[in-house]
Amino acid sequence: MTTTKKNASLGLFASVQLALFLLCLLASTSIIGTIVPQNNPAAFYVERYGAATARFFQLLDIPDMYNSWWFLGLLTLFAVNLIVCSADRIPQVIRLVRRDSLAIAPEQLEKFPLRSERHLVEDVPAAAARVTTLLRRHGWHARTAPLNPGLLCCAEKGKWSRFGVYVVHCSILVILAGALLGSSAVAHKVFRNPLFAFKGSVMLPEGERTAHIFAHKGGERLDLGFALRCDDFTIEYYGNGMPKTYRSTVTVFDGGAPVQTTDIEVNRPLTYKGVTFYQSSYQPFQEYRVALKKQDGSAATTARISAARQMDWPEGGVSYGIINRESQGEVTRRLKIWFTDNQGEPSVFWVNADQEAAIERPSGIYLLTIGQRYATGLQATKDPGVWLVYGGCLLMLVGLYIAFFLSHRRIYVYMQPDETGCHLLFAGDANKNKVGFENNFAQLINKLDSNT
Amino acid sequence: MDSSQLFGIAMIAYLLAAAFYLGLFLFKVERIGLVGTLLALGGTCAQTAAIGLRWHESYQLGVGHAPLTNMYESLVFFAWCTSCFYLALEYRFKTRIMGAFVMPCVAMAMAYASFSDRIDSQINPLIPALQSNWLIAHVVTCFIGYAAFAVAGGLGLMYLLKQSAATRPNRSGRGMTDALPSVQVIDDLTHKTIVFGFMWLSAGIITGAVWANEAWGTYWSWDPKETWSIITWFLYALTLHARFTRGWRGRRIAWLAILGFIAVFFTYFGVNFLLSGLHSYGSA
Repeated sequence: MTTTKKNASLGLFASVQLALFLLCLLASTSIIGTIVPQNNPAAFYVERYGAATARFFQLLDIPDMYNSWWFLGLLTLFAVNLIVCSADRIPQVIRLVRRDSLAIAPEQLEKFPLRSERHLVEDVPAAAARVTTLLRRHGWHARTAPLNPGLLCCAEKGKWSRFGVYVVHCSILVILAGALLGSSAVAHKVFRNPLFAFKGSVMLPEGERTAHIFAHKGGERLDLGFALRCDDFTIEYYGNGMPKTYRSTVTVFDGGAPVQTTDIEVNRPLTYKGVTFYQSSYQPFQEYRVALKKQDGSAATTARISAARQMDWPEGGVSYGIINRESQGEVTRRLKIWFTDNQGEPSVFWVNADQEAAIERPSGIYLLTIGQRYATGLQATKDPGVWLVYGGCLLMLVGLYIAFFLSHRRIYVYMQPDETGCHLLFAGDANKNKVGFENNFAQLINKLDSNT
Repeated sequence: MDSSQLFGIAMIAYLLAAAFYLGLFLFKVERIGLVGTLLALGGTCAQTAAIGLRWHESYQLGVGHAPLTNMYESLVFFAWCTSCFYLALEYRFKTRIMGAFVMPCVAMAMAYASFSDRIDSQINPLIPALQSNWLIAHVVTCFIGYAAFAVAGGLGLMYLLKQSAATRPNRSGRGMTDALPSVQVIDDLTHKTIVFGFMWLSAGIITGAVWANEAWGTYWSWDPKETWSIITWFLYALTLHARFTRGWRGRRIAWLAILGFIAVFFTYFGVNFLLSGLHSYGSA
């Protein structure tokens, strides 16, 4: 009783119908999350869809549907189906591949889809030598076995391609395993170590240092075990005003000492001790960083100033300030500077942010660079599963190629002695691309015809 | 001559090619079909030159990048891929009449790219997110897949037409669809095209995932574009399994090929215009 029950449920999981049904269900339910915006605060859904619908959504986890119990359940079912389905069929394929192709009854050759008959005026061994040479010259490895009467020759290609489809199935499981390994939820609940895998971010003002980040899910504080300082954040623009580069210059401190200083840009992350930092956002402050020096190198200073405030530099004997700004949103693009060394009229001029300006004064030439102070928004990710995912992807491409473009092809030649020499029966089949194989088969026999 | 003039020439060639292929379908005069092929070939050559020239022009503007970065460029590239794929298929399988189902699609893509108000044909510099070597790999793999699926959709339509004509009693003696290949040939071709497209769609999704991980620190974030690409992938996986294991043939596969192309179309187009997400640079 129990065994039949078990077999029935196993049968269900081994069925392709279930696979088709699950693919259908996954495809159609996935649409929901592309229409209903994901991961917004609860109030958003109430406002947009009304209280009743919002409650219904909460019940089904629609606001985070790709992590919901039912969607993950569907994926699990899909994985189980994939495993059982493959495990159910692989032994058959192994048997098929292992089977000695020469152990075939000559009568069976009559049932092959491709057949052709020839007659040669020579004895069986001579015909066999001719056939095997021809096959070998075309890349077929031919083996022979004596039959009574006559000889059977068999040549095969691409036997192992029958496993291609299972390579693809396996690759999907590898990808899913990689996704599990890199999931912060698994790190939390299974490994009980939130530092095993996480996604988080940190907003780091220029000049400041941090040794922790905040997780995206739940906002938990995660200690990195090393520190990161943002030395500088710059935005570069194209001539037409479009942003060209977002760049953070950061220094890594490990054990209190600086280890490396690097630039992080979009598409150019920094990886240190398994944690990867990505340039993801920025926050401008209404505060400006000033670098000022005399061109002769006799004095230099840095300062932080706000707009409309006079700043004095007694060592250099100058005073300066920002008297106007040209901004795009919160980002200052140009500044109007007031600058005096208390000799003659003060200089008043516009300068681009972060661009050095030379100011000629009676007391000498001053070089001034003034730029907005930013905080850089870095995303920090630790994903130990990513290489598994990449490996799975590669495996999938290889598997797809094998499954679709390679085929198992067989050619049999059955040679029987008759009164005037030898009678040849050619038989062939392929499990895929039958039309292409039909041409190959015909060409081979044509070659034999033209050689005799 | 600049690239936009060449694109204009290519568009006109495609429109004429579509007209001639349709003429072949209606009047079954082989010579009309030959003109269609020559026009399609000429259009493709002009467009190849235009794409190369646009690439070169972007370097002259000092913002050099492959012309694969906004809706205009992607539509043009889609048209180019589809027409190349179609011509290869025509050459390989010697069935010119398929052009009547594929070339109108190519011509429409080009015309839409050129005339729609929503589409900006200017060469713009690359925003930081797009400055990556993965750009070319990702776009090229995806669009070869899209092109194959467009052709498969056309073949599906062709199958349904042929089949409905075959099942209806023949009144005039000479049917509209006589010149079409047999249903078995169309069916086989549809399947092969889907297999080819599926391979490239998989590669496209994978290159996209690797790039996303490089740029945003996550290879999969269920953003609408990603989700729709996986929906499309599920749909074609379903089609292939139904054929391999359940023996689905003919009508059902033809409908799935059409449904699949609708999903491709939505992934490519609908998502950009109707849904919001990370892929928003494709929308202008």
